[in-house]
Amino acid sequence: MLKCRTVWKKLAPLARSSSTLCRQNVKRTGLNNGRIPTCVPAANMSTGPGGLGGDNLKYTIMVGAACVGSLTYAYFLLKGDQKRYQERIEEITTRSQRSSKEEAATVQSEPPAVEATQTEAVPESVPEAAPSPEEPSPPAAPAEEPAAPAEAAAPSETTAPPPAADSTPASLKVPSHTPYLLIGGGTASFAAARSIRARDPGARVLIVTDEPDLPYMRPPLSKELWFSDDPSVTETLRFKQWNGKERSIYFQPPSFYINSEELASAENGGVAVLTGKKVVHMDVRGNKVKLDDDTEISYDKCLIATGGVPRNLQVIERAGEEVMKKTTLFRKIEDFKSLDSVSRNAKSITIIGGGFLGSELACALGRRSTESGLEVIQMFPEKGNMGKVLPEYLSNWTTEKVKREGVKVISEALVKSVTCKDDKLEIHLKDGRLVKTDHIVAAVGLEPNVDLAKSAGLEVDSDFGGYRVNAELQARSNIWVAGDAACFYDIRLGRRRVEHHDHAVVSGRLAGENMTGASKPYWHQSMFWSDLGPDVGYEAIGIVDSSLPTVGVFAKATAKDTPKAATEKSGTGIRSESETEDTATSPVASVTPLPPVAHKDDYGKGVIFYLRDKVVVGIILWNVFNRMPIARKIIKDGEEHADLNEVAKLFNIHED
Amino acid sequence: MSSVRQEGKDKIIFVTKEDHETPSSAELVEEDPNDPYEERGLILSNGEINWNCPCLGGMASGPCGTEFKDAFACFHYSKEDVKGSDCLEQFRAMQECMQRYPELYPQEDEKSSSKTSQDSTEESGANSTSASEQDSNTSQPDTESTAES
Repeated sequence: MLKCRTVWKKLAPLARSSSTLCRQNVKRTGLNNGRIPTCVPAANMSTGPGGLGGDNLKYTIMVGAACVGSLTYAYFLLKGDQKRYQERIEEITTRSQRSSKEEAATVQSEPPAVEATQTEAVPESVPEAAPSPEEPSPPAAPAEEPAAPAEAAAPSETTAPPPAADSTPASLKVPSHTPYLLIGGGTASFAAARSIRARDPGARVLIVTDEPDLPYMRPPLSKELWFSDDPSVTETLRFKQWNGKERSIYFQPPSFYINSEELASAENGGVAVLTGKKVVHMDVRGNKVKLDDDTEISYDKCLIATGGVPRNLQVIERAGEEVMKKTTLFRKIEDFKSLDSVSRNAKSITIIGGGFLGSELACALGRRSTESGLEVIQMFPEKGNMGKVLPEYLSNWTTEKVKREGVKVISEALVKSVTCKDDKLEIHLKDGRLVKTDHIVAAVGLEPNVDLAKSAGLEVDSDFGGYRVNAELQARSNIWVAGDAACFYDIRLGRRRVEHHDHAVVSGRLAGENMTGASKPYWHQSMFWSDLGPDVGYEAIGIVDSSLPTVGVFAKATAKDTPKAATEKSGTGIRSESETEDTATSPVASVTPLPPVAHKDDYGKGVIFYLRDKVVVGIILWNVFNRMPIARKIIKDGEEHADLNEVAKLFNIHED
Repeated sequence: MSSVRQEGKDKIIFVTKEDHETPSSAELVEEDPNDPYEERGLILSNGEINWNCPCLGGMASGPCGTEFKDAFACFHYSKEDVKGSDCLEQFRAMQECMQRYPELYPQEDEKSSSKTSQDSTEESGANSTSASEQDSNTSQPDTESTAES
């Protein structure tokens, strides 16, 4: 439509001038069928300009040429537009491939697309390497199919490991067999590796990950690392724990692991990590997998812990490369590094998403904003922060706290479109509001990675996403799934999929136990936690969904009841508030005044019970710490309690 | 006195300290000490060592895991008057191994128990409680297990 308009605009002057000339000629010649006169009878020449036959001819030729010229121009313009449109569509569908490869259009980027197409097209019989050279042309064509985004998403997982670093380990021999194969190198995988090694003496465990990093923990990327005083934190990736001790986000230093070549021969076994390699095909009958470089690894037991990929907003994906360049999808170490550098240079950052990640990043950046003058905006469709988790009254209260951290919160915001103008992003909301910003962070959820479902013949859950597994985390014989990608059956709470750190640890450990013969179901309930500024910290367990009826029991708050105070007093539970203390006392008004003691609506600390059919299925400990075992017990019992105030007494919320 | 308010489906109760002073009438189900599904502490009910206890951190799974297991198992089953005095060989082997990986096993002290607590604090970047870490030998694994990575 726009194109037509631009074309018309271009043509209009020409059209107008040529039409007036035409009309003049028509009038002169007396013709009124609109045909361009090619020959003007000299007799009908009247008082036109010039009034000579030669001039008339000139005009006719000019008009004719102008019309032909304009038609030709219009034709080519439209053709060009169509071609650009086609290219644009192709570009969009292959963008995720390119963006993750950066400049490196190496052989490595070809095989992922190749293998991804193969997994879609070829059934279980393991395709030989021969068909693969023919595949490169089809990927260009299927790039336009709707299936493409899924495939594009698959290679997008291959981060931009410097191809040089990957090609040198080409000399690294990939073991052809491993007793324990763990696909994915995150928290769940590491927990499983540890569990296997603890239970099976001398076990040989191979972790295959497409990231360039060894296994690391994710929560500090949106929490502690932002509060570090160390300017080189993006390099060291070290943070201070609740107990003051510093540690790296990596679970273990590189010396913990053995080289994959040594895996088979190591006397006492060990854990080897193969980085920068993606498993693209799984042959369940043959008990083997194929990597993106065509090597095959056979296994005895396999764990799939592939986690997920951050979701993006459709409006951003459609908005073009300029917008995508200024958008961060936050999940990995490289995202942390890039957002850190953006936050030092940009004037304004907008976070889209009001859940855990969005709110934590907003608070972290909001704290930075007090020092640097950075504008931090957070927008989401719900009414308040954590709107899908906390009951409305608490969500509203939390939103006020987030605002005090220096964040401009725009609630009930639905993004209609995003454009890039004058090197700034313009976010148009559906209700007409316009937000101008330099950079966007999209924290709108996680898409579980189920790329191997097709080739392995594994079931994918339609309600929660992820691989469907039983209560013992098993998908099929010899295949288990843990972490974000596992949709499992919780004996107490029903089928669910959990995307929290502790769940990754618990489920990874359980999967490791079951891979070594334990046959235990998911029983130990995992928990999660979040801090939003110095005043709001909570731990939670079970199903914590704001659509469930809740009962909240609160104590009247005093100054003593904040994460800050809890750290100082008992040195427990809180994540690095001890060093945020130091930064907070700098002359900036990030210290909020004491909550008024007698105020009725002050939710300083308490317990919130989430009920389903009168049974407590979820509990939030609001600014109350060290009580998780009691909460876990209540959920495990699964009893109907007549008076939840009595249950709340068990938590002793008035004490520290 | 406590105040109760209802906001739609959510009930909000404010309580004072006095309100909560009386003991709770809520009933909790009795724990089964032999529940096979429960997370166990360091020592299982049959007397064996639970190598997968989060309290051990990465000790049993690292490069020196085998040496550690030998030494600790020997210590655990030792019937000597000075417990573990017959396990010097295993402890020496473990120490030798650990010296080869100073990054993983900082050479601050040699006792395996204090090493485990240190190691486990190193590895728990998540929310955890220091108090219960000391109780590694009791059946209070809950907070640790969730805290351990």
